[in-house]
Amino acid sequence: MGVGILVENLNAWYGSTHTLQDINLHIPANHATALIGPSGCGKSTFVRCLNRMHETNPVARATGVVKMGEIDIYKDASPVEIRRRLGMVFQRPNPFPTMSIYDNVISGLKLNGFRNRQILDETVERSLKQAALWEEVKDDLKKKSGASLSGGQQQRMCIARALAVDPEVLLMDEPASALDPVSTSKIEDLIFQLKSQYTIVIVTHNMQQAARVAENTGFFLNGKMVEFDSTHKIFTNPRDKRTEDYITGRFG
Amino acid sequence: MSTQPLSNQRRPMDFQSKSMRINSAWRSAMNYLVSGLSILATIIVILPLIAILFYLVYKGASSLNLAFFTHIPAPVGELGGGMANSIVGSAIVLLLASLMGIPIGIAAGVYLAEFGRGTALANAVRFTADVLNGVPSIVMGISIYSLIVMQQKHFSALAGGVALAIMMVPTITRTTEEMLATVPHAIREAALGLGVPKWRTAVSVSLRTASPGIITGCMLAFARVAGETAPLLFTAFGNQFWSFRLDQPIAALPLQIYVYAISPYDEWHRLAWAGSLVLIVMIMVSVTLVRIFANRGVLKGGS
Repeated sequence: MGVGILVENLNAWYGSTHTLQDINLHIPANHATALIGPSGCGKSTFVRCLNRMHETNPVARATGVVKMGEIDIYKDASPVEIRRRLGMVFQRPNPFPTMSIYDNVISGLKLNGFRNRQILDETVERSLKQAALWEEVKDDLKKKSGASLSGGQQQRMCIARALAVDPEVLLMDEPASALDPVSTSKIEDLIFQLKSQYTIVIVTHNMQQAARVAENTGFFLNGKMVEFDSTHKIFTNPRDKRTEDYITGRFG
Repeated sequence: MSTQPLSNQRRPMDFQSKSMRINSAWRSAMNYLVSGLSILATIIVILPLIAILFYLVYKGASSLNLAFFTHIPAPVGELGGGMANSIVGSAIVLLLASLMGIPIGIAAGVYLAEFGRGTALANAVRFTADVLNGVPSIVMGISIYSLIVMQQKHFSALAGGVALAIMMVPTITRTTEEMLATVPHAIREAALGLGVPKWRTAVSVSLRTASPGIITGCMLAFARVAGETAPLLFTAFGNQFWSFRLDQPIAALPLQIYVYAISPYDEWHRLAWAGSLVLIVMIMVSVTLVRIFANRGVLKGGS
């Protein structure tokens, strides 16, 4: 089951650039939350702060409180543990090129020393079914490299890989922006199904996509969160003039 | 968008114009020229290699017989004898060198690429590796002579192995670093994002992805030291008899070839040629074996 995320006064820097300024936000459990905004506004940095990927960059740092359920992710847990609980799907499919489809999906468990064959087999099947890829790859699981799949299949495999470690939250950083319309709609269907079990945060440049999959939407601009509300409200009756300008295509 | 019909516009490129036709002819001529030059360069590079191989076969093959692989060198004046002890000795010294040099070289390369980026220590290690790469092999031999042989007060297989290992390290370290640098950052992020610790990401993801290139680097380093004579002169020393002990002088093919080649006897010259042929074939076989072995697990469609 997913858990909610509470963000209080989150600030983030890359070197001397202040990329995120005083973000306050409550992401409800078992809902999809979309983050929109022009390039460079801090959306990706924001999701990377949620699973502490931000700090893998040596010049990056962050301050503030991020709570996942009862856990303060910057105080109560190690980054490695946090990343297991908040799965991440990246903008470009990034399969491990040397691993088979099977090993790709299971990599999160295997690389953490998990060896029980039966559970591994079951997890691969479950995650690939969740990611709607099982039927397409079930015959080549151990024969083909993960990199041999098409872009859309690779991205679904990466979603399966994230689901295999059984996270509570799924962070998706523009998961469909490198994909064609058919693959995109498959990913969107997937998000729709997955949010009953997981809390989903999706960064997107595609406003129709935000409207299709997310209950709530946040609008980011220049490192600040301008507005956060139900998706319907954001797209029909935004409070802030800048939000309205952005969604009507007047800038960005 | 202009609403004018296309034909009225000046097209950016009209492939039918005279200048474009000349241009096109010029381009294909250039294409042939450059392809021809690359092929020529390849032939020039490969030709000496083939010539050396053929010359070795021509000079050495006639002296190759079973005794060469089973007997130790015959005393001066007697005919026959072989290099069995040198072949085994070379194998032992090279195995020692690989066991020491490859892990250290790869570990240092992983440090440079994955953990030490930009730190003063990494820069120092990189600089040292580059300098070490340029140290003449005879200097390496003398250094190990004073560091190990003088301390132990005798020549030994171990000292030979250490000398060759130190020669392997810089090549392996720098290739490992270069190969790891070609691994896309997105792949590391994928692993880190799954909650895989950094060290495990470096070993099981980055290193594994870069492994074909790293294996090539190890093979280059191996092949380079396999034929080294100078560092062994003061360390492994050579031995006319069987020896399997690591703390005793041991025979090695390059040493035996050297001794036979500078001798005044025709029979020994012939054996030196045969030894050279065996040495080069041994290097080729071991490199090929490693390649086959390394390619066994590669999957369909992997990059």
